[in-house]
Amino acid sequence: MPAVSETEVRVEIPESLDPKKWVDRYADFLFKYAFRRINDQNLAKDLVQETFLAGLKGLSGFNGRSSERTWLTAILKHKIIDFYRTKSSGLTNIRAVDDEMVVQNDFFVEANGHWKKEYAPKDIGSEQDLLQDKEFKMVLQECIKKLPALWASVFTMKHLDEEKTDEILTALRLSQANFWVIIHRTKLSLRACLQKNWL
Amino acid sequence: MKIAYNCQRATLLIEKKNLSRISIKERFELKLHLAGCSVCKLFQQQSLLIDKMVKMQFLTGDENLPDLDENFKHKLSKRIESEINARR
Repeated sequence: MPAVSETEVRVEIPESLDPKKWVDRYADFLFKYAFRRINDQNLAKDLVQETFLAGLKGLSGFNGRSSERTWLTAILKHKIIDFYRTKSSGLTNIRAVDDEMVVQNDFFVEANGHWKKEYAPKDIGSEQDLLQDKEFKMVLQECIKKLPALWASVFTMKHLDEEKTDEILTALRLSQANFWVIIHRTKLSLRACLQKNWL
Repeated sequence: MKIAYNCQRATLLIEKKNLSRISIKERFELKLHLAGCSVCKLFQQQSLLIDKMVKMQFLTGDENLPDLDENFKHKLSKRIESEINARR
């Protein structure tokens, strides 16, 4: 019999959970879920592992109201938000001035709020064509990768996860005003980047 | 500064309108601005296109994502098994 410390609490595994099958059933799904949001393979792997281990520790907390997959995804989501928070809190203070996106901040003429000529939107093609175009998609992906970490986090949480704004504010410790500045700047930057690399 | 001449504010309102809500007054201001500003109108179309594409890539596009390597999965399975056994 393996030695078990006496303080170890004996944990019953709820019937609806089957941790031995987790890797087969959910590892690929969770990995892709994480990878889409953080764009880093190794980190995504780490988070999948941490999710399973946290799941094992929290078996008794599973109430059976959600599916096993939903439950594990929720654990992963928290881990991703933690990651966003750590990553972005370092950046808000330093301001990455060398970042291409941040440098081209000023899209408008300060005096009157008009578009600066070089950033003014131009026709980039019909929506129908662009939606189908694989190269255009790749340009967009590259542009998203160039976003500063905090902006990317806010953008992903709002657009991919459709989180409520309040929850994003709390998770990333942002003010409402900052949130809208980030959303606005992110879209201006993405659009400018698309135009620059597509036309 | 009046919104009718301010593209910076108009584009912010466009984003706010997309993601949450704007007041009736803001809605009116934006409408007025867009009626006279083809550049911001273009911005609005392209902004919506970006949102649409981001969602599409998210919902499909799995083929572009890397696969989790078998070696990692194998190790992870072992690790989980040993954690479970350690509790028995």
